[in-house]
Amino acid sequence: MAEATGPISPLAIYRQHCERGELAYQVCTDDGSVVFYPRLTAPGTASPNLEWRVSKGLGTVYATTTLFPRDKDPYDVSMVELDEGFKMMSRVESIDPMDVKIGMRVKVRMIPGTDKQPSYPVFDPAEG
Amino acid sequence: MTGLRGKTAIVGTAESDLGLVSPDMTIADLMGQATHRALEDCGLKLFDIDGVFVAASQSRMVGLMLCEYLGLRPRYLDSTQVGGSSFMAHVRHAQAAIESGMCEVALIAYGSTQRSVSRAVASSREPLPYEDPYRPMMPPSAYAMAASRHMYQYGTTREQLAEIAVAARKWALLNPKAWEKEPLSIEDVINARMVSYPFTVRDCCLVTDGGGAVIMTTAERAKDLKHKPAFILGAGETTTHQSISNMPDFTVSGAVESGRQAYTAAGLGATDVDVAVLYDAFTICTLMFLEDLGFCKKGEGGSFVENGGIAPGGRLPVNTNGGGLSYCHPGMYGLLVLIEAARQIHGVCGKRQIENANVTLAHGNGGVFSSQCTVLLGSENTL
Repeated sequence: MAEATGPISPLAIYRQHCERGELAYQVCTDDGSVVFYPRLTAPGTASPNLEWRVSKGLGTVYATTTLFPRDKDPYDVSMVELDEGFKMMSRVESIDPMDVKIGMRVKVRMIPGTDKQPSYPVFDPAEG
Repeated sequence: MTGLRGKTAIVGTAESDLGLVSPDMTIADLMGQATHRALEDCGLKLFDIDGVFVAASQSRMVGLMLCEYLGLRPRYLDSTQVGGSSFMAHVRHAQAAIESGMCEVALIAYGSTQRSVSRAVASSREPLPYEDPYRPMMPPSAYAMAASRHMYQYGTTREQLAEIAVAARKWALLNPKAWEKEPLSIEDVINARMVSYPFTVRDCCLVTDGGGAVIMTTAERAKDLKHKPAFILGAGETTTHQSISNMPDFTVSGAVESGRQAYTAAGLGATDVDVAVLYDAFTICTLMFLEDLGFCKKGEGGSFVENGGIAPGGRLPVNTNGGGLSYCHPGMYGLLVLIEAARQIHGVCGKRQIENANVTLAHGNGGVFSSQCTVLLGSENTL
């Protein structure tokens, strides 16, 4: 069997951080721009100088919806804007999904990985 | 690109069977059926076609499929696939191909059997590993989040969004081919089954089978055909993201840019448009495109559509066929948008025909507000 070649995939590194309870993102050290989702090169400049950083995990709800599946309980899907300056899709949990509001402060929490789904970040309402 | 203004025209249009088609019909059947109807509509013959532009979600090599089905060996084949806006992109590409002599008679075609075979079979989802764990229902949840942001920033209400569905239904009731046959009220929209808040099922497009074909050729050749030509005055296209997480601003779409390109090429502005046909996959789409294409200021889409503003008799005729919300939505609705915009110039829209329609705008949307393409069509009076 031939060995896989090339760098570790950005998605794999992101997931390794998640396993450790960390929400990771990248910063382009050429111009300081924040990059999410993680990539091999920075969008726009194609710079390979991307540095991994760990977010403090605090953010603000930018957009939100509550899904109403026919056979299951309603649940939230929201776009969260992290304080470091990137947006990501996630879920706000621990409250009624219809009570999730734009502008609400939220804090990250990791959902442990399973055989089918690697660990991934969700958010809970944060104080202040 | 003002050099292409009025050099080409849409001369023939046709829908395939729509709604729920006969069992075991294929997308090739629908595209072939629509092609022959469109040729009949303009008076050209199959072997006049030397350029084929086609997109679909149910075939990886749909260009090959369609050419084989029709028995065509075109000089130029383009299967640009940018979702529902593909066909407006095809118009722009066909303009260039015709102008540069790579083809003379272009067929633009589409077919879908998504209602018959189910949406899941008809269009497989792109894997998005950073989004998939959250189980968004796509595409409704993406558009619902955009709507949430618009409501937050501009005070847009669910009633205003519902006005868009109600207006579409009023137009649909004037279109014998429309899927929906019953009147609809604002209360009906708001009280319907909730799908992805703030959207009920009535804020969401239909799920139908369907397809169509458009024949486009040189202005010179267009003169001798059956209809008044719908000249291509301008076209524009742009892309801003793929997944909704990467949409730069949830309240502003790339239609600002595709519209700017189209208006510039045409030497026209929004106030010159007599009929706007805007890709309405969800109520928020119509509202955002009215703003982004300059029919009203950003944030004022809600008041623009209030009190029947875009319904029959309103301030601007929008989606006169009944739109994706009430007429037909086979998954990639853009070709049907284009057909309605051309037909308003051809003057063949029956009860919903807008008198003196000299300039019409067809706007296509692909992905989740991802690809935006705009085409401006005009009658001979605009040349």
